[in-house]
Amino acid sequence: MDFDLTEEQSMLKDSLDRLLSDNYGFEDREKIRKAEPGWSRDVWAQLAELGLLMLPFAEEDGGFGGGPEDVMLAMESLGGALSLEPFLATVVLAGGALREAGSDEQRGELVPQIVGGELVMALAHGERGARYTLSHVETTAKKDGDSYVLNGEKSIVLHGADAHKLIVSARTSDDAADEDGISLFLVDADADGISRRGYRLQDDRPAAEITLSDVRVPDSARLGAEGQGYGVLAKVHDQAIAALAAEAVGLLTRILATTTQYLKDRKQFGVPIAKFQVLQHDSVDIFVALEQIRSIAMYATSEADNEDAEIRSRAASAAKVMLGQDGRKAAETAIQLHGGVGVTMEYAISHYFKRMTVNDMLFGNADHHLKRIAETGSLLES
Amino acid sequence: MELKLSDEQRAFRDEVRTFFKENVPDDIRKTMVESGHPTKEQFQRWTKILAYKGWGAPHWPEEHGGTGWGPVEQYIFLEELQAYPAPAPLPFGVNMVGPVIYTFGNEEQKQTYLPRILDLTDWWCQGFSEPGAGSDLASLKTRAVKEGDHYIVNGQKTWTTLAQHADWIFCLVRTDPDADKPQKGISFLLIDMKSEGITVRPIQTVDGGVEVNEVFFDDVKVPVENLVGEENKGWDYAKFLLGNERTNIARIGMSKHAAKRIRELAGIELAGGKPLIEDRRFAEKLAMLEIDLKSLEITQMRVVADDAKNPNAKTPNPASSILKIKGSEIQQRCTELLMEVMGPYAAPRQHDDYLGHNEPPIGPDYAAHAAPGYFNYRKVSIYGGSNEIQKNIIAKAVLGF
Ligand SMILES: Cc1cc2nc3c(=O)[nH]c(=O)nc-3n(C[C@H](O)[C@H](O)[C@H](O)COP(=O)(O)OP(=O)(O)OC[C@H]3O[C@@H](n4cnc5c(N)ncnc54)[C@H](O)[C@@H]3O)c2cc1C
Repeated sequence: MDFDLTEEQSMLKDSLDRLLSDNYGFEDREKIRKAEPGWSRDVWAQLAELGLLMLPFAEEDGGFGGGPEDVMLAMESLGGALSLEPFLATVVLAGGALREAGSDEQRGELVPQIVGGELVMALAHGERGARYTLSHVETTAKKDGDSYVLNGEKSIVLHGADAHKLIVSARTSDDAADEDGISLFLVDADADGISRRGYRLQDDRPAAEITLSDVRVPDSARLGAEGQGYGVLAKVHDQAIAALAAEAVGLLTRILATTTQYLKDRKQFGVPIAKFQVLQHDSVDIFVALEQIRSIAMYATSEADNEDAEIRSRAASAAKVMLGQDGRKAAETAIQLHGGVGVTMEYAISHYFKRMTVNDMLFGNADHHLKRIAETGSLLES
Repeated sequence: MELKLSDEQRAFRDEVRTFFKENVPDDIRKTMVESGHPTKEQFQRWTKILAYKGWGAPHWPEEHGGTGWGPVEQYIFLEELQAYPAPAPLPFGVNMVGPVIYTFGNEEQKQTYLPRILDLTDWWCQGFSEPGAGSDLASLKTRAVKEGDHYIVNGQKTWTTLAQHADWIFCLVRTDPDADKPQKGISFLLIDMKSEGITVRPIQTVDGGVEVNEVFFDDVKVPVENLVGEENKGWDYAKFLLGNERTNIARIGMSKHAAKRIRELAGIELAGGKPLIEDRRFAEKLAMLEIDLKSLEITQMRVVADDAKNPNAKTPNPASSILKIKGSEIQQRCTELLMEVMGPYAAPRQHDDYLGHNEPPIGPDYAAHAAPGYFNYRKVSIYGGSNEIQKNIIAKAVLGF
């Protein structure tokens, strides 16, 4: 049992935190979120230089050879800064699919570009009719000679409007919600037949609706075996959930620090409001949520590479339930403790609250994952 | 004991219901269903309709243009109005400053201001809170110094709801900084928003809307006749104002409408191929919300019935103290559950303000306001006496701690 970071990991985390505190303070972030593209190419380049984008990629592909733990430390720091950068989209989601299913050639071509910060990628998987059913894919890929022709609509694609390349899930056989028959394709984001509508999520992260009409890609653009995409998607989403859990640790750490400081500074009735015991207890509840989520984030992270999909998924689901319940409740409490100041955009706390809220909506909300655990037996036996 | 409305009350309910059906403009109802934030023009148009009918101020005495209704009728009216849904009369005039003026103001003030409140000729806003004076309102610092026939006002108010639309602001100002208790040196002033020296700065709220403002006063000249009641007695009037509203504080009608909408939309949204409402966990959460709402409705009716029986009671029914706490919690849960109905489609931000725009919606067209509504409604447990402050009051006044 060892829950500590290695010396190397600690050093990386320190450098990352310094980079973010120099470049991603509240005012910096306000400028970034209010401008296009809604994230900072400059910071992204610095993250690349720091080596952050190489973490989970294999050394032979030009990566660092790390794993979910390294993603965890990155996400925690990025979460603390409320990062709008495409780390989750490029490195965890699309990068994850590439790691899982990419051929030597595909990885050899793309990983160095990701690592260098030149290539932004997005996983174009979600669809309007899916809600949270991961296997719900209506987009089709029809074989035509030695190419595929893709048709369909992808929805709420994180960083989909500014990605250079997309990984698109499409059905090569079977019916809408079947796990079999889903294939993955690498598609240039500006290929003929692709149209994208970019927008922001409630917490300012960029996303897009993407329409594919008769988009033609060669056989060599297929990622992994035909019809076998579901297993890849499941694993990548579990890893993304573990990453969001780590992000939540960063969010809650800041939420707690900001709130306790506010209670000490804010005076009413002639005393700092921190003197009111009910507010102390509410703050302790935030602390409890933080530590519980830190633990469940470690659990989800430690199982994120497990080849036993059942164990891996249940750990991810457990984490996602806590983010949606305890995490969100803690953020609501923080708003309440700030009084009027909590419900304005002008203070950081509301932005943390919004990130926590939106994270519950991504990759299945708390109820969705709670059901998944309840229907698959005791968590304590895995 | 009879929990149901009497025949007479039911007839009254049907009358107001029919009136709303026939008179609430469709666009206004639509705004209420979707965002709950009517525009200034919609407020004005709707208030004129209400005022024309004589229902501009349900709880005012008839002599001032009110309806003369008792507490039960007032309750039925507001509940039906919210459930329709239509906008409630703008509270700052009708519920707040109006009753202060007809209770403590002089004849001239009554004649000048009251009729213009009824039909929203004057839009009022509430200038109580300051950056340093929220829960501890009595610590307010905005200063008014009498010079001849004017007060000169300097200071700042904040969180002033819809001040950007306002013609007038009623303010608590400090007229005697040396009084032995902070509550004693406060006066209640009516200030024309067009006065020189007033600046309004909008504050963007968490949902992206502009609903609250900072209002700055820089040597603002206010005629002495704009003082309500006596100088340095403003705190008493403020307490009267804040304690004035018990018939509607829980907003039962609004939550009923929200619960209905949640059920309706959860019947449309699919989860795993089936309507979400058939999902056991979701259905149970909605059921729990309805149980809480049902019991709060009865609590509210107990309070209303008590008010009707004992119109001059000095101490309110202790149950009335929970209306704000439980009512705000239920309103918040409604927004949360509605947001959950939308699933991932609560995530895209589709509006930066309440004005709407013409791009096609992302996901279902009813999803756009769900998350902003949830964000925005964090306010209901903060303003009007936060829930912590409410609990302090109950602990002291009801439980005797
Ligand atoms: C959307 C919105 C609209 C508003 N509109 C208006 C308006 O039109 N006009 C107007 O005058 N004001 C308005 N307000 C102001 C509102 O009344 C204040 O926000 C409220 O009184 C709380 O004050 P505060 O924000 O300064 O919080 P604070 O008083 O600083 O409170 C911060 C936290 O401390 C807690 N707290 C404070 N004192 C105690 C205590 N003794 N014991 C336990 N806990 C305590 C509070 O509950 C809260 O959780 C509005 C506020 C909002 C959010």
